[in-house]
Amino acid sequence: MSWFGQAPRPVLVRLLAFTLAGVLLAVWYVYQYGGAAALQQLINGLQRGSIYALIALGFTMVYGIVKLINFAHGDIFMFGAYIAGFAGSALLGNGHFVAFAGALLISMAATALLGVTIERVAYRPLRDRPRFSALTTAMGVSLFLENFFALPPASVPFPLNYIVFGPNYLSFPQLIPVKYYSFGPIYITSMHILDLGLAIVLMVVLHAFIKHTVTGKAMRAVAFNTDAAKLMGINVDRTIAITFAVGSALGAASGLMYGMTYGILASPYFGIFPGLQAFIAAVLGGIGSIPGAVLGGFLMGVSETFATSINSNLGYMTSFVILIVVLLFRPAGLLGKFQREKV
Amino acid sequence: MGAGSIAIVGAAFLYAAILFLHGDLGFPVGLLSDYYFQVLMLAAINIIVTIGLNLINGFAGQFSIGQAGFMAIGAYVTAMLATFVVPIADFAVPFQILAFIGIVLVSGCAAGFVGYLVGLPSLRLKGDYLAIVTLAFAEVVRSIVRISDEISAGLAHIGLTKLAAQIGGIGGPRGFGGFPQLADIVIGPVRIPTLFTLIFISVVLTVVLARNLVYSSYGRAWLSVRSNELAAEVMGVNSTRAKVLAFVLSGFLAGIAGGYFAFVIRFLHPDSFSFLKSIEYLIFLYAGGAASLSGSIVAAGTLTILPEFLRVIGFDQWRLIAYPLLLIVIMLWRPSGLMGDREFRFLQNPKLRGRHAS
Repeated sequence: MSWFGQAPRPVLVRLLAFTLAGVLLAVWYVYQYGGAAALQQLINGLQRGSIYALIALGFTMVYGIVKLINFAHGDIFMFGAYIAGFAGSALLGNGHFVAFAGALLISMAATALLGVTIERVAYRPLRDRPRFSALTTAMGVSLFLENFFALPPASVPFPLNYIVFGPNYLSFPQLIPVKYYSFGPIYITSMHILDLGLAIVLMVVLHAFIKHTVTGKAMRAVAFNTDAAKLMGINVDRTIAITFAVGSALGAASGLMYGMTYGILASPYFGIFPGLQAFIAAVLGGIGSIPGAVLGGFLMGVSETFATSINSNLGYMTSFVILIVVLLFRPAGLLGKFQREKV
Repeated sequence: MGAGSIAIVGAAFLYAAILFLHGDLGFPVGLLSDYYFQVLMLAAINIIVTIGLNLINGFAGQFSIGQAGFMAIGAYVTAMLATFVVPIADFAVPFQILAFIGIVLVSGCAAGFVGYLVGLPSLRLKGDYLAIVTLAFAEVVRSIVRISDEISAGLAHIGLTKLAAQIGGIGGPRGFGGFPQLADIVIGPVRIPTLFTLIFISVVLTVVLARNLVYSSYGRAWLSVRSNELAAEVMGVNSTRAKVLAFVLSGFLAGIAGGYFAFVIRFLHPDSFSFLKSIEYLIFLYAGGAASLSGSIVAAGTLTILPEFLRVIGFDQWRLIAYPLLLIVIMLWRPSGLMGDREFRFLQNPKLRGRHAS
């Protein structure tokens, strides 16, 4: 499965059906709640979607290269958010820009390190083993990260009490002053602009990295065919480690955005839900496909925001229903390539 | 006497020993407090679910990660039936037990039917895509329970007041409790805990059923679908039927286990059946060894009891960390799980005994 899967054959009827369903839902929403509310929810949804899309990118990159559902990715995102929060608080005295850039860089670096360590310790020894072995350690790593960082600092021995986050919530420092710009009935905050802008910048950088650097070419080669890549002299271990680093760093950026947008990190368990949504987003777009992860992320964010505005419990359900419906019609996701088995 | 009969006798002894330690046989032993007794029941329930999951993921080679959804269906159907439809609290003891068995079987069938519906996409979806659909199904079940209040209001609106009251009774996000308790059977000094006995018998029956299935033509069909679906089709195996059967059976077993779970915990909340619960069963399955019934029994049993054991030996604070670390170490040490695909003697294929049965 290549990362930039070829465009699927347009199946006009299905495409029309999906579009029609979407348009009908949109018309109903506008009729029920008014156009301004719909536009406002769309903006909020794109903001949430940009967070999901960055997490989904990490999922999909790791999946594309080692065919592993990295269940720990939601917790890597959580780790990035906490590190960004701590770094941001420490740097806040030096001005907003320094605090923001410092928090972003420090959390991306620390989280990349965490991702590489996890890969080295828990996944690499199992790479040539049955697939479920690494999957099971991934679940173990996920549980470990959650439970470890939730230990109360007051009750653990010396070196650890500086590392763990504790089970309580952390209020995220306000790194950038929030400004409201209102356009009639709808408003846009500086957070909307920042989230979308940062997500787009990072996606462009990622795209350039994968398409135009030697390392990126190596990553595509390993994702396409690991054995052939090895024969061509590509250092597969290093390439996979870099993929984990990049994917985790994107998760950290997303964690920073999450913290700044919602202002609070509930507990070291808070990564589970966004992680799950992002996983769904990655599968919805076609897991292993980078444009698919972005598309899926935005779709998840927008649909969840709209549904939540109708009923808070509905928001949770909608993403799963959309997923089931889409997969029934496109078994390999929206942009994934369905590989027909040949004899 | 074959290994199977010896195992059954061993199970009977284990049952008697647990009752003895719990102080139910007329001797005031009390080594096993009610709390640990409950942990044992949960371990038994987890064994049933893990064996069910093993039929899909281990033997039929599919990848289902939504076992908590089936459990939720079983648990809520059992609790609703026992509270509203067949109020077992009003029955005399023997009828109460019979009614409870009936209710649990009905909920198992309900979950099995849903397993059929979930199994249908497996004809089209493969691997991780199937996995995410099963996960989505489990979360949809949970979400439906969460919006039960809204559903109830809707039903009342169209005039179905009785059904609306019952649906409203499961409490949505507030949780559902207060369902009746099963009475124990008391014969002189001996007290037979009904719920534990039923669960224990169910575990034994599940193991027997699974063992016989796995070595039957159905089991061979699963194994052939797992190794190569296309080749299996060419050889005349109906792979559709094999996969759907695995889903139905696994749903049925999880549904029954869910019914027991409701009565052991005595309080249901949609969040008890979250993604983490499904993950738990995947851990049991793969730590024990996929396609090994012995592995499922060993891993589900020990890993349920382990956190409590760690608490007893003074790791109270560290047990939540020790558990995942131990899991990682087990997988690094034995990547195919504790048992790999080996079986205990009493679970081996009788026709191939002595050889390495796969």
